[in-house]
Amino acid sequence: MYNENIFDYMRTEKLPHIWCPGCGHGIITASIVRAISNLKLDKNNIAFVSGIGCSGRTPGYLDFNTLHTTHGRSLTFSTGIKMAKPKLKVINVLGDGDALAIGGNHFIHACRRNIDITAIIYNNSIYGMTGGQFSPTTPDGFIASTTPYGNCDPSFDVVKLASAAGASFVARGDAFHVLQLDKILQKAIDHKGFSVVDVLTTCPTQLGRRNKMKKPWENLDYIANQTVSIKKYETMSENEKQGKFPIGIFIEEKRDEYVETYTKRVINKAKGRK
Amino acid sequence: MTKKGFVHKIHKNLCKGCGICVHYCPKNVLEMNHDNKVVAKRPADCIGCHLCELRCPDFAIQVEACDFPDANNKKVTKKG
Repeated sequence: MYNENIFDYMRTEKLPHIWCPGCGHGIITASIVRAISNLKLDKNNIAFVSGIGCSGRTPGYLDFNTLHTTHGRSLTFSTGIKMAKPKLKVINVLGDGDALAIGGNHFIHACRRNIDITAIIYNNSIYGMTGGQFSPTTPDGFIASTTPYGNCDPSFDVVKLASAAGASFVARGDAFHVLQLDKILQKAIDHKGFSVVDVLTTCPTQLGRRNKMKKPWENLDYIANQTVSIKKYETMSENEKQGKFPIGIFIEEKRDEYVETYTKRVINKAKGRK
Repeated sequence: MTKKGFVHKIHKNLCKGCGICVHYCPKNVLEMNHDNKVVAKRPADCIGCHLCELRCPDFAIQVEACDFPDANNKKVTKKG
């Protein structure tokens, strides 16, 4: 389970990657590769798409059909790929700003259509690459370069947003509980329909440094303290729930997939087939 | 006779010295050397939990199960 060589799926000549020492993005990337390897998918049948930001660097290191697109619009490119070549497995990685701020509109509409794409959100609660501005998921009271007195904006709950918008697979994992993340990603990639995985990760350079978590493992420990399983979360009181993130699979249901529906109801009719 | 053990494959060119593996190792197998790169100092103590491998953000460490000759292993455990 662990020892399959993850470098088989990587462009090793591009390594070491550009992410900072202790950045959680590398942990998630390795987890995605293990999930794909466990599913025994063919490299040539995977399209790996990303937007802009630290997370946008991911396809550069992976040896699939990769595409690095514009900020926030990666889901639209993915939709295009899936419509044109429905046989490809499309995996889309987004950052938290990429998915929820700049691409918020594209995100909810991709959820609504339930098109067969796996959206993996690298949620590090900050705009890391551009200098540590606060993002839609920065926790309450956290200091970022643009919130020197602490963040007072309420943050997005990705899971609630995606479920309300209509995604048929919604889960949350984190960079601390890696084995669980492997399993969640495996199910998400295997799922037919739009699957969203919110992965909590760290940014020791921009978020940790300003919030008394200078060491990379202090950031991971913070995530470990803030996450609870869904079962435990349900038994907690309202006060205890403050600031905690339930992890696990929230929604997993079968629903009509967009490419199939579109082929049946539009393309076939336009071509005169029944 | 052979005894089961673990070998730590460390890619020094990939290691950035963040120290996550050293911090989370339950058996203190790993240490940072003077170059700020990870080295397996006490591989005989390794229990094969793979936490270092799973949490390494730089893909720099891989733990592999292998069979050691028993004589060698005894020497290492005596020292420990």
